Amino acid sequence: MSLIQSLAIMLGREPSKPRPEEYSDAARAIHEAKRAHKVNKEELAAIAAEQHEAHKNHTWRNRRWLTLVVINLMFVLSYRFDVQLIEGALTASRVIGFHFADLNSALQVTLAFKTILINLIIGTSTVLFLWWLLGGRTFCSWVCPYHLLAEWAEALHLKLAARKLVKDHVLHRRTRVVMYLIFAALAFGSGYTVFETISPTGILSRALIYGPSLALGIVAVLLAVEVVYSRRMWCRYMCPIGITYAVVGAVSPVRVVYRPEACHHEGACRKVCLVPHVLDMTKKGFAPDDRNGIGADCTRCGLCVDVCPTGSLKYEVKGLDKLL
Amino acid sequence: MSSPAKRPPPPPHIQQEYRRRFLRSVLLGGLAVGGALSGWLPLARAHEARLRPPGALDEADFLASCIKCGQCVQVCPVKAIVLGDITEGFGVGVPHIDGRAQACDFSCDAVQCILACPTGALTHTLSKKEEVRMGLARLDKPDACLARQGAGFKGQARGGTFPGIHRYEKVDRWKPIPIADHPYDLELCDLCVRECPIEGAIRLVPMSDDSADRRRTPDVTEKCVGCGMCEMICPTEPAAIVVDARKKWGAA
Repeated sequence: MSLIQSLAIMLGREPSKPRPEEYSDAARAIHEAKRAHKVNKEELAAIAAEQHEAHKNHTWRNRRWLTLVVINLMFVLSYRFDVQLIEGALTASRVIGFHFADLNSALQVTLAFKTILINLIIGTSTVLFLWWLLGGRTFCSWVCPYHLLAEWAEALHLKLAARKLVKDHVLHRRTRVVMYLIFAALAFGSGYTVFETISPTGILSRALIYGPSLALGIVAVLLAVEVVYSRRMWCRYMCPIGITYAVVGAVSPVRVVYRPEACHHEGACRKVCLVPHVLDMTKKGFAPDDRNGIGADCTRCGLCVDVCPTGSLKYEVKGLDKLL
Repeated sequence: MSSPAKRPPPPPHIQQEYRRRFLRSVLLGGLAVGGALSGWLPLARAHEARLRPPGALDEADFLASCIKCGQCVQVCPVKAIVLGDITEGFGVGVPHIDGRAQACDFSCDAVQCILACPTGALTHTLSKKEEVRMGLARLDKPDACLARQGAGFKGQARGGTFPGIHRYEKVDRWKPIPIADHPYDLELCDLCVRECPIEGAIRLVPMSDDSADRRRTPDVTEKCVGCGMCEMICPTEPAAIVVDARKKWGAA
């Protein structure tokens, strides 16, 4: 998949089946072999059993939750016990003395202030490099405290939905693009970082570090809407931070790679994914290559890696397997 | 990619779902933007100035450049700086100081909050407390002022339960202590002058030529930086002396 396609899908275009000429020879061979082979009853039963086992696997989720909690706890403890390891909050901080600035917050400030601030350039270039390396939206699922709460709200939503008490109402994915532009325009026009008022990332980070605030009400409302009305609404359809980091991470060496060869195409990965459009290639006959990097919107959360019974989805560091 | 134009139009119930999805997106997206704007509107109206940390740029520039990380909060030894909440209408996560509750007494010696600020919303052009201009002290209730009555003051300046802290150089050069732990016994109340961290910012001026007249009136000079220390320490309730946030010397 080309970078342009990956970005276009991140910005809201619906993914579609590749044109015949877009398949590599290797992919074509895999797809043809699968078409020739009819799955029998025993195989289907084995697949179901495999999948059942895979749903119990939470290796990457647990690692990720631990990382997220430790990072946020480091902010809290640094301040509470004055150890000066990570000072500040997620919007801007000093990590053992080095300026770090959240890319989206820095962008908002620059738009509002209309001045390029040298400290912010230093702070953002460190962060830019870090998130280019680890994959932009890795920030979302491995660091953002709202993501964790939203995952729990999502679990509750799915429980209630299974009992038919609530129903997921999808929004148009381009909503996020429109909101991104609106918040950029508002920052520029008003000279104030309007987005920060509603940003659950900033509100939660500050509440953890400096104590609870009434602004947590906004977070509560967002979570409530996600439980009863629209699954993962904020992260999926609204948060501009996601777009900023998705662009940064579009060409990251750390990524999730899909290999269609062993895949049964049951679609368990797409069901757990926050951004299932990046996994469109896991549909039968959709993968354009025998190794496919997942698109820019992927948060590298690893839920698909955990749930995949065949190991077709794996983390990869680009080029590292060639070195080793 | 196959061209969407070649496909037949989707069936009516799908088209209806598309319409509903569009309306939902507009409605919920609009609500989110509206929620964010509700935090900005009170700022836009700017009905009341707030005491900002030392070195804060002019209010408009300050609000634009603050990244709301609270690093100024973290370095303040007296915890004078607090972050605004959503109901206050002064910016969510934007720092301010409530002088009466806890003033900035420059215990940190080197305007640490300015050094900590990652964006320069607290301008890095300042390096000394004397250069700070947060506001100006003003004798708000002259009739309540003890010095103007020629009265002394005995006891804890703000009572036994007041949580505010202040660095008393004679007690501990490095560590601020609760004001409640430092009772006074003064023949003539001069707390605002005595505890002012800026030399010559405030003085007591005789109210008559009579040398037997003990009455004195606080006189704020151009050196005042508006830190709020006099307002915090003033033992009358409410404070006889207050700081006008953001006010400049000579301005109306």
